[in-house]
Amino acid sequence: MENSMMKQVAKKKILGNTVKYLLLAILAFIVIFPFALGIWTSFLPSMDIAKGTLWGGGQLTLHNYVTAFTQTKILRYLLNSLVIATLVTAAHLFFCSLGAYAFVFLDFKYRDFLFYVVLGTMMLPFEAEVIPNFATVKMLGLLNHYSVMVIPFLTSAFGIFMLRQTFKQIPRDLKEASDVDGLSHWQFYWKVVMPYSKISLCTLAAYSFLGAWNQYLWPMLTTFSDHLRPVQDGLRQLQSEETFNDWGMVQASAAIVVVPTLIVLYIGQHYFKSGLNEGSVK
Amino acid sequence: MGIELKGITKTYDHSEKPVLSEVNAEVQDGELFVIVGPSGCGKSTLLRMVAGIIPISDGILKINGQVMNNVPPKDRNLSMVFQSYALYPFLSVADNVAFGLKARKMAAAEITQRVDDALKMVNLTKYRDRKPRELSGGQRQRVALARAIASDSKICLMDEPLSNLDAQLRVRMRSEIRELQRKLGLTLIYVTHDQTEAMTMADHVMVLHDQHVQQIDSPLGIYNHPANHFVAQFFGTPQINLLTATTSGNGTATQLIIDEYLQVSLDNPIAAGTYTVGIRPNQLGMKQVAANSGNATVINVEALGDQTIIEAVMDNDVEVRIVKDGQVHVELDQRVAVTALGPAFVFDDHEALIAEQGGVENDRIVAVN
Amino acid sequence: MIESLPSTKQQPKGPEANNEVTAKVKSFELKKNDKYYAWLFLGPSILLLTVFVFFPMLRTLYLSLFLTDTFGNPTVFIGLKNYTTLLKSASYIASLKATGTYVISVSVFTIIFGLLLAALANQKLRGISFFRNIFTATMGVSVSVSAVFWLFMFNPSLGILNKVVVAFGFHPINWLTTPGWAMTAVIATTVWMHLGFTFLLFFGALQAVPKSLYDAASVSGATSRYQFWHITLPMISPTMFFVAVITLISGFKSFGLIDLMTGGGPTNATNLLVYRVYKDAFMNGNYAQASTEAIILTIIIAIITFVQFKLLAKRVNY
Ligand SMILES: Nc1ncnc2c1ncn2[C@@H]1O[C@H](COP(=O)(O)OP(=O)(O)O)[C@@H](O)[C@H]1O
Ligand SMILES: [Mg+2]
Repeated sequence: MENSMMKQVAKKKILGNTVKYLLLAILAFIVIFPFALGIWTSFLPSMDIAKGTLWGGGQLTLHNYVTAFTQTKILRYLLNSLVIATLVTAAHLFFCSLGAYAFVFLDFKYRDFLFYVVLGTMMLPFEAEVIPNFATVKMLGLLNHYSVMVIPFLTSAFGIFMLRQTFKQIPRDLKEASDVDGLSHWQFYWKVVMPYSKISLCTLAAYSFLGAWNQYLWPMLTTFSDHLRPVQDGLRQLQSEETFNDWGMVQASAAIVVVPTLIVLYIGQHYFKSGLNEGSVK
Repeated sequence: MGIELKGITKTYDHSEKPVLSEVNAEVQDGELFVIVGPSGCGKSTLLRMVAGIIPISDGILKINGQVMNNVPPKDRNLSMVFQSYALYPFLSVADNVAFGLKARKMAAAEITQRVDDALKMVNLTKYRDRKPRELSGGQRQRVALARAIASDSKICLMDEPLSNLDAQLRVRMRSEIRELQRKLGLTLIYVTHDQTEAMTMADHVMVLHDQHVQQIDSPLGIYNHPANHFVAQFFGTPQINLLTATTSGNGTATQLIIDEYLQVSLDNPIAAGTYTVGIRPNQLGMKQVAANSGNATVINVEALGDQTIIEAVMDNDVEVRIVKDGQVHVELDQRVAVTALGPAFVFDDHEALIAEQGGVENDRIVAVN
Repeated sequence: MIESLPSTKQQPKGPEANNEVTAKVKSFELKKNDKYYAWLFLGPSILLLTVFVFFPMLRTLYLSLFLTDTFGNPTVFIGLKNYTTLLKSASYIASLKATGTYVISVSVFTIIFGLLLAALANQKLRGISFFRNIFTATMGVSVSVSAVFWLFMFNPSLGILNKVVVAFGFHPINWLTTPGWAMTAVIATTVWMHLGFTFLLFFGALQAVPKSLYDAASVSGATSRYQFWHITLPMISPTMFFVAVITLISGFKSFGLIDLMTGGGPTNATNLLVYRVYKDAFMNGNYAQASTEAIILTIIIAIITFVQFKLLAKRVNY
């Protein structure tokens, strides 16, 4: 009797697991398919793609990649994005941490008021402000220049907000101890606060980098020359030019763009998670 | 009736060595059964197997005569109090207590009744609408107790329920839990790593160590007749003294000699050889002697007020602990003569108890393994 | 420059009482110093936010109350007329509806699928980490890359979707040029793009639920389904709320995908709010109307964000 009960339990478990694996497989297929198909076509000869033979056709080739590297500016686009995103990230780390420091460790008039003002800007979507911003950068003569993709994004309300939360966790004792040791604010900021908040800084860095990397509307409005274009707009360009029938080359370019991001993300995964969870809890 | 463990063995997935092997025990209906052992010895593992949270690798578990090995936890009809309390943070105190009742689809009126009763019993009526995070550690612990009370199961499992409380509260909760268990007539399996809890609460104690049951007995039975080195050392503070002794002469003998001053005479003769003798600190006598006599030198004195703990190093370099009632004045480096007063335990080279010396009339020797 | 700021040097240690006095003097001096440091530390951020966030917001609001010329300069003050006109325009109402459909669908489907993926990946099964890695994969895919991948699948003649449709004996579908299908396509692509992130969030939330809660529940008589509804869901509800808010907000701000996939078409079926702003301002030169649209968009997003802040402040402790 015991034995039959055991068997029943085991059977039920096997059935349950089969259903789970099936669901997992279906969902994994849905998630990965568009991706896999894109990468796969990037290795097919243009002729095969044009004829619609996606499998069973000729052999795989790197031709599309060669075309992408030699006939398009994809490498230049990547470099542009890399430069822009790095500059924006560095600026965010610096200005946001300074701002957050002021809100946490400095005592000044209107501190709370200013903080709410900063908090308030988080509600204002940049996308809704492009009209005057466009006029501003035009007036400043920044159009079609690297700086136009960097200067408006040197700081971030979200970054200040997030780092303020982090800095608030630093024990007050540390500040008092450093006062006793005679550290100036600048020294305390640089020697204690920044090292103490490494993880949050990494999280912010990952965010800022991805945010800058994924910029689309603004560069599209403010830059016109190919050699300034960041990758997102570069891909748009490739895809809308008359080469658009050359799907293999477009897919190869997409693959070239996506691989570095994937690497960054797999390394930075942990920080994203903690950042997002922080956002959801606090 | 009660709970019966027969040859229970547990090996976790991905590991070769069993955590527990061949655990046998019988828990009587309505008793408070304590499982005690150092942390990591598998106490929680054993309890979780009884609860059905993790599967049993081998052996048979019977509850009220029924084999329970493959019965899911919800059908075992028992309640459990967790070390971390496992309170649902998003539910109020009352809803936490009602959770299991609702899951079992009990009638609303009866749920209210039970929750009210349970909260009253642990003095939390005032806090029924608070969230767990708005309670102190002791109050959270009571919510966990109330949850067990509200369920009508007569079997309750507790996994170190007091380990997160401060010392004073722990002492108070010990007697409260004991009282509750009696009042509700619960069969309670109580896990702890604290030998004092085991000694003060249990009807029966199971000592776990090194995958095996070391001994099962009443608290005093364990104290008075420790089955082996481990049990002898685990119970009683300060720790028991373990000393090497040899028999006198070369036939069977009743005299065990540690040194000139310290000797133990047994009720029954044992074979010639070398043994380990265990003597509790309060069963050692100590006399202050002149500089060039005696068998030990005092190295530390702790005056606790109502008793004094003296540490001395014997001439063969073994340290001993001696407890004297009241306040005793001894200088450091004082030479002393250490002697045996009352009961002593004799262990063989497998560390198992093989003989005892007087003091206690009852000479029941419980040796497992 | 920063180093040369007046800095308070600790005086040599004196007796107790003396020390207290110095401490007081010191903290007073520090407070005075704080003002300069505050300017220095916060100045750049405040300046930037003023120039690129506050001023443009006010300017946009201002423009929305005027008629503008083709260069975007205000000409005639007309009060709220732009707003009334806009809210009466059928095409704008259609855009609002389309945006509503889009953001709500994206939010709902992202949550459902993200949660499903996370719940499955949270099972104790052999080889589960393989699936976990797959589920996080779309995290790195940016808007334009997603668009390229999906455009190829939606391609009427070469795309895999139509091959499937035809294989089942139906007529091929013009996915991106049929109004209903275009919206569906854009929603599907967006949900797919969000999945990796959402999965990661939900998965983290599920893993953070203490195992002992489930143990306690199963001992006290709860089935696994009961546990899901009464423990898992309440425990991860803050994360669900968070995902809902960020997908809603990012939905309202959606631009790139629309631009790449449909260009707001066919017949404005996917002409979402941001895309409208862009088109009206930079293609039609109607800056007043675009500004009005931008203000309405801002109000919607501000309300959602505000509600989020308020609710979060309340819900931190569940
Ligand atoms: N889920 C698990 N998987 C593998 N090993 C475990 C698991 N849980 C506990 N163990 C191991 O089993 C042993 C006993 O653990 P436990 O029963 O928790 O001890 P105790 O409660 O007595 O402190 C420990 O060595 C622990 O590392
Ligand atoms: Mg334990």
